Amino acid sequence: MVGPSSSHTAGAVKIGNACRKLFGEEIREAKIYLHGSFAATGKGHGTDRALVAGLLGLGEDDERIPESFALAKERGMEFSFHTISLGEDAHPNSAKILMSSPEGKTMEAVGASLGGGRIVIDEIDGLRVNFSGEFPTVIIHNVDQPGHVAEVTSMLQHKSINIATMQLYRTGRGGYAIMVIECDQEVPPQSLQWLSKLEGVEKVGYYSPK
Amino acid sequence: MYTSFEEIQNVCRDRGEPFWKVVMLEDCHESDISEEASFEKMRSIYYAMKESDANYDPTLLSSSKMVGTDAEKLRLYREEHKMLSGDFASKVMTRALRVAESNACMKRIVAAPTAGSCGVMPAVLLTVQERENLSDEEMTKALYVASGVGGVIAERASLAGAEGGCQAEIGSASAMAAAAAVFLSGGDNSAMESACAIAVSNLMGLVCDPVAGLVEVPCVKRNVIGAMNAISAADLALAGIKSRIPVDEVIDAMKSVGHMMAPQLRETGQGGLAATPTGQRLYQELMEQD
Repeated sequence: MVGPSSSHTAGAVKIGNACRKLFGEEIREAKIYLHGSFAATGKGHGTDRALVAGLLGLGEDDERIPESFALAKERGMEFSFHTISLGEDAHPNSAKILMSSPEGKTMEAVGASLGGGRIVIDEIDGLRVNFSGEFPTVIIHNVDQPGHVAEVTSMLQHKSINIATMQLYRTGRGGYAIMVIECDQEVPPQSLQWLSKLEGVEKVGYYSPK
Repeated sequence: MYTSFEEIQNVCRDRGEPFWKVVMLEDCHESDISEEASFEKMRSIYYAMKESDANYDPTLLSSSKMVGTDAEKLRLYREEHKMLSGDFASKVMTRALRVAESNACMKRIVAAPTAGSCGVMPAVLLTVQERENLSDEEMTKALYVASGVGGVIAERASLAGAEGGCQAEIGSASAMAAAAAVFLSGGDNSAMESACAIAVSNLMGLVCDPVAGLVEVPCVKRNVIGAMNAISAADLALAGIKSRIPVDEVIDAMKSVGHMMAPQLRETGQGGLAATPTGQRLYQELMEQD
């Protein structure tokens, strides 16, 4: 990795990278909100440059991390930094990132860096989630109605993909729901596409740690 | 993941395999990869460690300008004077500073176990390899030994300064390096265990008090003490000196000491050296620069 801090630098790169993959679109603009220790000591640790590097798709051992601002300019990605309080329960090393694509699509995610380069994604589009980014992860946004979990899990079974963890979240009965599935194997793009075409499924995101 | 030294030792005994191999086989199982793939991955980590030392830039200062150039000062002094700590130890100290300073200057390093403690392992390992003319294969095996140690500490206690103070970072790095050094010197499993126990015991209670919250002061110099502590713990263990408290219990004690530490002493930049008048002044000056 590139220094100086596994939590404030490497973890920040991972958060940026996870957000970029979850969004799955070209990022035209990123608004980055820093919370707690990220806001207080982020600059000296290069957290700002690390988050931008991650949003550009650089890995945590990429030696271009210190120059990520210039690289963003080159690639036409606008970014801005703000300070935010995500509340007392939020991890001190948290960032909220609001991304928008050239077509006007947007996504918002909150990630936290736990130390030693480990991260957790805490929130996607306002819904609480919890996954580490260490496994291939499928994020399905769907309408809360019977049958979706069965459809998804039988597809994974058909592809011989083992589920490591699975979490379900919803705004309320029959409302908007998110399914987060961490897998032991990569999920093929065709399967993800198949999922996205199912009735009641609004969006399918995929995160590969590779 | 193994959760105790006892467990690893038992597996070593049951299967008749060396410590490093038991750790490697666990990685093969967890990551679902072949022995060759795991070994090559670990070897590339060792090469990255070597590069982190070789790529030191003696002219570079960190963005806060608080650290940088000290490794070069030590090297120049070593060339012209007889150092109190002797030739080998002074090389270990120089390397610890080189890699830790490079980290503060945002250069590429191996977080082993963390970025803040990244100087300890290369300082010990590279210097032992240089003196004993060891092969990179042997060094890669030593990295498995170290990662087995780090894995147990991560499972039983913590590797994060924010959770366990500096003892969790420099202390853990020191234990990892101590075990690796014992392995490279031909010590057995029980000596590796003693070296870890002694290394952790001797840094127990070390607080995480970074000035201005940056991984610079006192972190860079603490890499020196972590490396030297590893060498002395390894030597004691190789001489057959035992830790009175078994290593797994020492690690548990480190965890509970971490929990007893006030939050001000756990990477918040509010206690210890960070809270001194000079520490506060440096912090204010940095804030005004922004």
